[in-house]
Amino acid sequence: MSAHHLAPPFAILRHTALLITGALILVPFVWMVSLSIKPPGEIFRAGFSLWPEQFYGVENYTRALTKAPLPQYMLNGVIVCAMIVVLQTFVCAPAAYALAKLEFPGRNLLFAMVLIALILPHEVLSLPLFILGYQLGILNTYAALIFPYVVSPFGIFLFRQFFKTIPDDVVHAARLDGLSELAIVWRIMVPMALPAIIAFGIFSIVSHWNSLFWPLIAVRDQSLMPPPLGIMAFKNDEAGNDYGPLMAASTLVVAPLIIAFLSAQRWFVEGMTGGAVK
Amino acid sequence: MRNIHLNHITKSFGSTRVLRGVSLAIEDGEFVTLLGPSGCGKSTLLRILAGLEVQDSGSVTIGERSVDGVRPKLRDVAMVFQSYALYPHMTVAANMALPLRVRRLSAWQRLPILRWIVPGTRRVSSEIEEEITRTAKALGIGHLLSRKPGQLSGGQRQRVAVGRAIVRHPAVFLMDEPLSNLDAKLRVQMRAEIKDLHRRLGVTFVYVTHDQAEAMTLSDRVAVMLDGELIQVAPPQEIYSDPDDRRVAEFVGSPKINLLEGVVRERGSVDAAGTNFHLLSDAPPGAALALGIRSEAFHLSECGGANTLTGAVRLIEHMGSDLFVHLAIPGSEHPVIARLLPERAPHIASGQTLHLGVRPERLLLFDADGKRLRPDNRENDNVLRMKEHA
Repeated sequence: MSAHHLAPPFAILRHTALLITGALILVPFVWMVSLSIKPPGEIFRAGFSLWPEQFYGVENYTRALTKAPLPQYMLNGVIVCAMIVVLQTFVCAPAAYALAKLEFPGRNLLFAMVLIALILPHEVLSLPLFILGYQLGILNTYAALIFPYVVSPFGIFLFRQFFKTIPDDVVHAARLDGLSELAIVWRIMVPMALPAIIAFGIFSIVSHWNSLFWPLIAVRDQSLMPPPLGIMAFKNDEAGNDYGPLMAASTLVVAPLIIAFLSAQRWFVEGMTGGAVK
Repeated sequence: MRNIHLNHITKSFGSTRVLRGVSLAIEDGEFVTLLGPSGCGKSTLLRILAGLEVQDSGSVTIGERSVDGVRPKLRDVAMVFQSYALYPHMTVAANMALPLRVRRLSAWQRLPILRWIVPGTRRVSSEIEEEITRTAKALGIGHLLSRKPGQLSGGQRQRVAVGRAIVRHPAVFLMDEPLSNLDAKLRVQMRAEIKDLHRRLGVTFVYVTHDQAEAMTLSDRVAVMLDGELIQVAPPQEIYSDPDDRRVAEFVGSPKINLLEGVVRERGSVDAAGTNFHLLSDAPPGAALALGIRSEAFHLSECGGANTLTGAVRLIEHMGSDLFVHLAIPGSEHPVIARLLPERAPHIASGQTLHLGVRPERLLLFDADGKRLRPDNRENDNVLRMKEHA
């Protein structure tokens, strides 16, 4: 961004704006972490302090990890998110390839339907999905948490847009080289669209790791609950007004995403620009 | 035998008719170029031949076998694309190996990791690797095998694309403007290499280009294509000196052919650009004709008269071996361009009046529809005899 050299006053103004927005977003997180290391007495004190007078972190985190099956919730989250992202890619990539590169009657109609599905909020579908899950007898299983998300209109749309930017000649060359259509999808299109796939994967994992609404409907067994639902159950059953351990649990739930994102960030940005520059 | 027959191929995209009944027979081992301006349908024809597009009607046979409805993979053709269409995520070696791996290894043998358990994988893989190395060396890209296409120059990518096409020994080689993304110097070099490749492989080449220099230098035969139709299919020299159609004459040749519109006054004589020309044709009086004169058909003349154009020199282009003289002719919209030998015309200056003569047998005549009027042999003799008498 060397072309964007601004005069110092503007640079200061710009950075101030960025800092304020960043702070607004970060404050609740910082407060959460701060509360997670405070003893119960300090949490409701009127004064404002980030660091506790008495460090209570060990007790809070131990309670969070032992009183509630937090590792189980996290494992559930990992299983569900991984399954969802794998199955989504498995379904979306061929569908997007067909919409982007194959010609068949009704293609535009199908794509319009994908766009309509993109507009529908998922909550609207929760009741039909619940009944469907009941009929199939998969409620209160991992499958119930996974199946509504396997077909992702957003994934199909995103992949299709990216596949469209890949020249037809590459597809033609692959056909002449003898690859089948499915082999073209997995060996040519998906590797070439890797930045889009990674971006989609991050979106998907973040949103399903944090998802509360559908798990609340779909599962009742504590051993199946994903992290946010688990925390809610923990709050009701165990913690009550005991916010320290609750905040500790929340911190632990958020941590994997933040760590993963921060460590993958450099690579993620590289992937994006690497795909953009020919 | 791997000869190719295209029979009455038509193709439309929406309401645009791209191909209007194209028929072409290509001999085994022949180098045929489809030459035409962009948008004339030549690339579409090539794609139909490869099986990448489906024709609306007509049929394609390759080696006595109808390939209509046959998938590209099974047609035994390879193609080099204008954009090279290399796989950017694979190394050069993997790019070149892909067609061989798909053909020689079973689905099991291509599985990641598991493939090493399947018998024969190691042997076939090393055979493929050997062939890739040999082909790459022959193309001068042996040292680039572990690079990715993004790290290569245009010329190197071009060679990789050619390499990927030749490793599997196709019966027919299709090239879609393979040189148009290269700079001028490299283009001339690659042109020679493609010609050499054709000689070495001895297989049928179908080459698509809009560059007449490529078409003229490479081909056994040139098929000139305009507006979805083949206008003329002939050896390069014939395309140049004996065009069937006014559009062919205009498209081929640099500088562009000089065309003078004229009306036949009496048999064997036409008025054009204020001059009377003797013709070797018996077009009826009153017929509108176009006289095509190649720039090198002119010779310097001492004075004006029949078969001689007189005008003022507007521009002189000295090309070293040739001298292009642009002459403004009263009664002709465009200047006439003549190619003269520098040593024969040493003292030409801008603004000077010049007389350029053309011998009747070097006039190319086109009727009002642009069709070529060929001189009738008997007439030809008569006129020549008349000239001798005079």
